[in-house]
Parts: sequence; structure tokens; C-alpha cells
Amino acid sequence: MNMHTTLPMPAQVKERIQESADIFTLRLQYPDLAGDQRYAFAPGQFNMLYLHGVGEVAISIVSDPQDERLFDHTIRAVGRVTRGMSQLKEGDWVGVRGPFGVGWPLAEAEGKDVVIITGGLGCAPVVAVINYIFRRRERFGQVTIMQGVKHREDLIWRERYDQWAQQPDTTVALAADNPEQDQSLFSGNVVQLFDRVDLQPDNAVAMLCGPEIMMKYAIEALMQRGFPDTRLWVSMERNMQCGNGLCGHCQMGPLFVCRDGPVFRYDRIAEWFFRKGF
Amino acid sequence: MDQAWSRPVHLYGVERPRGSKTVPSTPVFLPPDSLQRLLDSLRGSGRQLMGPLVRDGAIVFDRIENAAELPRGMRDIQSPGSYRLEQSDSPRLFAWANGPQALKPMTFAPEEVLWQVVRDDSGLHFEPQASTPAPTAVIGVRGCDLAALQLQKAHFLQEGAEDPAFQRRLDKLLIVAVDCSHPADTCFCASTGDGPDAGPGHDIALTELDEGFLLRAGSPQGQEIIDSLALPPASTAQLQAAAESSRGASDAQTRKLPATDLRDALFARQDHPHWAAVAERCLACGNCTAVCPSCFCSAYEPRPSLDGAESEQVRLWDSCFSFEHSNLHGHPVRDDIRLRYRQWLTHKLAGWHDQYGRSGCTGCGRCISWCPVGIDLTEEVASLLEEPA
Amino acid sequence: MSRPKLAVHKFSSCDGCQLALLNLGETLLQLPGLVDIVHFAEAGPMDEDEPVAVALVEGSINTEHDLERIQRIRRNSDYLVSLGACATSGGLQALRNMADANAWEAAIYARPEVLDSLPTATAVSDHVKVDLALWGCPVNSRQLLGALRDLLFGVAPREERRPLCMECKRSGAVCTLVTGEATCMGPVTLAGCGAICPRKGRACYACYGPAEQVNAESLGRRFEGFGLLPEDVARRFHFIHSGAPAFQAAGKHFRGGK
Repeated sequence: MNMHTTLPMPAQVKERIQESADIFTLRLQYPDLAGDQRYAFAPGQFNMLYLHGVGEVAISIVSDPQDERLFDHTIRAVGRVTRGMSQLKEGDWVGVRGPFGVGWPLAEAEGKDVVIITGGLGCAPVVAVINYIFRRRERFGQVTIMQGVKHREDLIWRERYDQWAQQPDTTVALAADNPEQDQSLFSGNVVQLFDRVDLQPDNAVAMLCGPEIMMKYAIEALMQRGFPDTRLWVSMERNMQCGNGLCGHCQMGPLFVCRDGPVFRYDRIAEWFFRKGF
Repeated sequence: MDQAWSRPVHLYGVERPRGSKTVPSTPVFLPPDSLQRLLDSLRGSGRQLMGPLVRDGAIVFDRIENAAELPRGMRDIQSPGSYRLEQSDSPRLFAWANGPQALKPMTFAPEEVLWQVVRDDSGLHFEPQASTPAPTAVIGVRGCDLAALQLQKAHFLQEGAEDPAFQRRLDKLLIVAVDCSHPADTCFCASTGDGPDAGPGHDIALTELDEGFLLRAGSPQGQEIIDSLALPPASTAQLQAAAESSRGASDAQTRKLPATDLRDALFARQDHPHWAAVAERCLACGNCTAVCPSCFCSAYEPRPSLDGAESEQVRLWDSCFSFEHSNLHGHPVRDDIRLRYRQWLTHKLAGWHDQYGRSGCTGCGRCISWCPVGIDLTEEVASLLEEPA
Repeated sequence: MSRPKLAVHKFSSCDGCQLALLNLGETLLQLPGLVDIVHFAEAGPMDEDEPVAVALVEGSINTEHDLERIQRIRRNSDYLVSLGACATSGGLQALRNMADANAWEAAIYARPEVLDSLPTATAVSDHVKVDLALWGCPVNSRQLLGALRDLLFGVAPREERRPLCMECKRSGAVCTLVTGEATCMGPVTLAGCGAICPRKGRACYACYGPAEQVNAESLGRRFEGFGLLPEDVARRFHFIHSGAPAFQAAGKHFRGGK
């Protein structure tokens, strides 16, 4: 039994970054750096963050797994716990359990083109993937990054997208339903971006994260373009309370999203995906 | 499709319970007036004894000390949404079928503290719940609940993710099972293959006959206790009577679930109109999930002290019928009763096959008796398996 | 750090919910260290118009003066809690909304014209925005303190949405409906009271108001099966919380005879 999955570890807020009106990043550090596995995580995994006396919430880890000092969580203030967390300041403490779940298929993606399609804050769980790829650029083929948001102001990390766009054999396409005169943004949703990028399905994997309706249409578009369902990977969100597959809240059909996911190969969840009530 | 599990459990006949690799130890005979000796030895080593007693119109499990507290001659009459007790002049102590609860609260507590945290100037300090549960022996557990305990073990004790609270309680539990001789009208353990006799998972199992009890061991610890009582072996006639009792308990059951894996059949019927028909009756009150011996869902809640310096993290039974269960940022994935009932039933009878290799139902019938409006799982399944008109 | 100010206001009510505070015992002594109680007539402090962080409002709105005062309280409060059944749904008093209040007054009082009484008894939320509703007749201290603690943490209080049955079953109580045909309202009632009545073998009478899902039709039919007339079923819903929309509709449905 791994105590980090049942008992929170205290971690200190080393930096707090306001990304947009309601999105913020907490850069956290465990107080003692002594050995053990506590920093080991795979891109796509998540932690349960605990706000003292208020509750826990599942948040994906966005930082680089190789950063041995800090780990980052980017959070949208939407519920009582996350709104409370948005008030945290440098020096404050949180509890952390994790990491939990299955991350993105990075080994599987090696030697292939990679298509990353995200919506809204869905970009957060794949930032670590993108960083991972660009640190090992030669191991991957074409990289296509498509991100859509509702409002221009939701598009956080603009400079990162700009940097990624400068990488060799890389396409970055950004869309906003409401681009507010920003000429660099396509006016529309992320699925409409498919007409503006060149995707070759033969040797590619796609990774998707964002609202389910967005992923549903993106999956349809990818499959129309010849992507097999075994090379589509999606990150799911459900009500995760324990992280261990115990509390039962995150079940999607017979799957425990916290433990069997949150990243799934699409063919393995197709039976439940976007089916109301699962 | 493995149908091996869908046979009734008859220990004294030819059939063996699923998972049972060894022939049970030779049964011994305990005369009725020696039952207190068994209870005393169960209470040895500082164990508290839990057993069936009558409280508030039902047979419940609670602390007992003496055989005289057991529900002598008590019979239960159960039907959908109804449970009544009736005193008979039978000298039997276990001539009843399950009440609302038995084992589940003893291993998966309805509410328990998982950890505590203290906040001070130097940060947060987390401590796991350290209190050790009292060593406990429980007498009167039925086959359906033993089978459900195996299911709960499969869930709570997954390798590498063992639940400490469940493990601590289970480690301290000595289980004395009783072969079911008087199933209720709501029982269907024979069709799920989990009864009426007590299958694996007990330390001692007991068969009640008119003339006394047959005891058999299910663990070295149970064997030790039986050996200490120095009882004579059961006679051939007594073994025969036990086998007849078991067959009778099986034959008396009128309800049943199909003896097939319903996984694909139920998942294929996500849009069956009968779900809406059930939802017209279902109250979404969660009673079925609370009394179900295999339901495992829980909610985690903080209980901070008023000054905010300390807090406890509490785990409490939750239910797929609650808003919070599927809540995603204020919008539940299952926002109406139809979807919540469908979640419960498809998880119980379909999802469990993928998760733990068998159905999650052990035929105890509690969800039928304790549903305030008497929704009958076996009937709903039958309707769902019919093609819509 | 200055302590947030708290006011306790009373409208038409029995004061029982304020007792949820006064009955805290030792815990009550901790409160002044956490909040500055500026108005709490039953306990002493009287400064009704002091602006506060949190206002706890007990009682239903029944008079012209109530109408004016609740607006004033809202203006003076950052966060307003309706405390208990009367404030949250109109409480028992709302039963008169289904009768002809003027006729009653004329029948009871020698000089009804001296009364300052609106024709209806209504919930606080019918008049001003309520940030948190604490149901219950009365509310219990644990819920009230839990809400205060959350507000002190700077977060929205956790809201109980489960039906009473879930709390009842966790307590180990035996279901009175199933064992004795008690017309228990637990399946349609919000949890939070600790299942006090069922644990004493008595049927819940829904003093915590409607649960998140209320299948009144099904439960009512069950009660009819126990021998209740439709009017009796209606009265189970039209009791403490006749003003809560789900119960109002349920009672009307059964009274209407389907």
C-alpha cells in the first residue's frame, strides 16, 4: 500500500500564477526533498489536492515530470473547493495525494505523428505531453496541436503555443468561439479547425482532452479522416473523490475513471462514451 | 460464459460452493444446551461477540453475550417493501432469513474517519486514523453475506491499493456462519449460487437442526475453536438431515435471477423503456444500496473543528442514487431517477462482471424487502430482458 | 485580524432555530473568538442595522414591517442564511396560504383591522436573495456550525442534498415504513437531522423539507396502500413545508384526487 494515495502529504505553495480571470496555477513543493517516489508521475496523471478543512479535488499535473523541485496544478475556480484554492497565497499549504491513474501513451506515440486536440482547460493535462515530446523531438513525427476555447481570454499560455509553433514539423492551430478581433485565432470551434490542418492518419496517434461534446465531434472527424479508434486517446473527467477506484463515484460503465483512466484508448470506452448517464 | 457460480450451494450434497477447494472438515455435533460454550469460546481472547437479536421489529446484528439473547423461535415474513417478525414456538434460534444488515457495517463502516489533519504555523500535519477496531466475533452470518464479503474483499483489497480501514476491521473479525434453513420470500441465493449454505469465507459454519447444531471449520482458527469444544462427530442421520434442510431451503425459493451472465444483455438495453417505468416508482432514496451487502460506494467529507485548526476526513456510505455521486461541477452525470436506477442495476448485474469477474448480486433479497415501494430487482430484470412492446 | 460580524434576525417563528446556537454549550463560548455577534436579540446584543458579513435569518415574512425589514437586512449583509423551516419555505405558518386568511382573522379577532398581517406567510427567498438555506424545524447545530466554519474558511458552505433514508440507514436504524407501514417521509426528505424520529421508531414528518429528488406520486401511492385517504397523503406533504414547491405540488396533486 502506498501511503501517498491514502494519506495526503503536505505541500507548500511556492508560486501562484493568475492565468486568466478564473484560472490559476499553483506551483507546489514538498517540504523535504529526501528520496522516495513522491515526484514520479506520468503526464496525464492527477493528484487529489486538499484544501484544509474544505475538501479534496482531482487536478491533473501540468508540470514537467523531470522537474524535481516543483509540480504544478492549473485550476479553474468553478466549485467550492477550487474557489477556495484560488485564494491560496505563496507560503500557504495544501495536502496532496497521488499521483493517480493512467497517463498518456507516450511510448506508443514514439515514431508516430502526434495530433493533440484540446478544448478549454483541457489543454492543461497535455501540456506535460507536449513538453515531453519537444524535449525528445527526434523521436516523434509531425506534431499538430489544436486548441479551442470559448472566449479569447480563456486561451491561457499563449506564449507557449507561440513557442511550440516555432518547433520543426509542428503545426499549432487555435480557435475561439468568440475571438474578439484577435486575427491569430480562428473564429469557430476546434472541430472546424480540421479543415485548416493536414492530418495523415497512417502513422499517427491523437490525444484529446476537453469537454465531451468537443471530443465526440473531434473523434468523428478523426475517424472520417481514417484514424482507427485504437489510436485515439481521450482523457475523461468524472467525480473523483478517492483516486483509488474505491469510492465508486467516477464509474463510467464498468470503468473506474480515476484508476483505469483518466486517459483511455477510445475503443475501450466507446461503449459508454457520450452516452447520457454513464 | 462461466455458469459454475449459478448453482445453489449445498455442502452436504454433491455440489461444492464456488471457490471451495477442500472438502469441509468433518462436522461435529453441538447439543443446544452447549451453545453457550461455543459463544464463550468465541468471546475468548478479548473478542466482543455480535449476533442476531430482535430490535425495532427486525432481526439486527448487535452486541450479545448469552445464547438466551438469540431470537428463539422468531420467524420473518418478507415481501417487496415489507418485513414482519412473528414469534413461533420453535426452539430454533436461526429459523429466519436476513434482516436489514449483517456483515457489511462490520467491515465497511457506515461512517469512519480516514485521517486527521492539524494546521499550525509550520503547515499541515496529516495523521492516519490509528484506532484499532475491537476484535470481534460474529455469529449468524448467511451464505449470501459471506459471498458478498468476498466481493467486498475483491473491491477493497486490490493489490497495491488495499483500503486500510477495511483491512483493519476484517483482520479483527472472526466469522461464524449459519446455513440458511428458512429463506424469505424475497430470497434468491440459490439462483445466484451463493446459498443457502455458507460458502467460503467463514471460520466456523453451523447447521441448525431440530436436535442441535452441526459445526464445521472453515479456517485453522475455526478448527482450533471447534477442537477445544471436544464434540462428537455428527451422525450419518444428522448429516442427512442437514442435506435435506439445505435442499429444502433451496427449493423454497421462488424468486430467481437468470443463471446467465447478464452483462451484455443489460448494457445492450440502455434505452429500454422499462427504465422509465421503474423510475416512476423509484424514490431514489438509496435504501437498496445501503442494505445491499456488496454496494461499496462512499463519499469523502471533511469535518473541521469550529476554530478551523483541525479537521477529520470522514468516509461515509454513499449511493449512486445521490446527487453528489455523479456530480461534475454542479451538474450530475445522472440527473434523474431513471439514470440513477439504471446505473445501480447495470453496475450490480453487468459492470461487476468486468470489474470483479462475476455479478455483484448474491441473492440476499434485501433490496426487495427494504425498498419502501417494493421494487423487485428480479422482476425488473425479467421485464428488461423482454423486448419492448 | 478583525473577526467577521454576525447578526441573528428573527421574523415569525418559535425561536427554536436560534436555540440551535444557544444550546451549543461550551462550543458557544468559542463563537465570540471567531465572529463578532452584533445583533442577537435572544442572547443580548442589539444592533439590528449594523452591516455584517453573515446574517442568520429565522422566521417567515408576515407583515408589511417584515417586508421592509428583510430588505434592510439584505442590504446590510454580505451573506444571508435562511435559518430553518419558517425562513426557508414559510414553515408551518405557510399553511394559511391555502386558506382565506381574512376570513380566519374575522372569525378569531374582535378587531381584525388592528392586525398588520399580509394574506400569506412566505419564505425569505420570496423577497430577497438567500445565499444559503438551512432547512429543518429546527435546524441542527452541527449544520449551522459547519456552514459558519466554511464561511470563515472563505468557501461556500457544503449543501446536504441526500435524502434522509441515507442518513437513517447509516445510523443503523430499522426502517419504520417497511416494518410497520409507518407513513415515513424519509424517502422524499432532505437529510441533516440525524434521523431523530426514525431512530425512535417514529415516521419522519419531513421537517427538513424536500430532498433533491421527490417522487411524491410513488410514495403517496404507497401511503394509500397503507390505508391513507388522498387527503391524509396531502397532509403529509402539506405540513411543516407546505410552501416548498415540491411539497406544495405533491399535496395539491393528492388533494385534487388525481
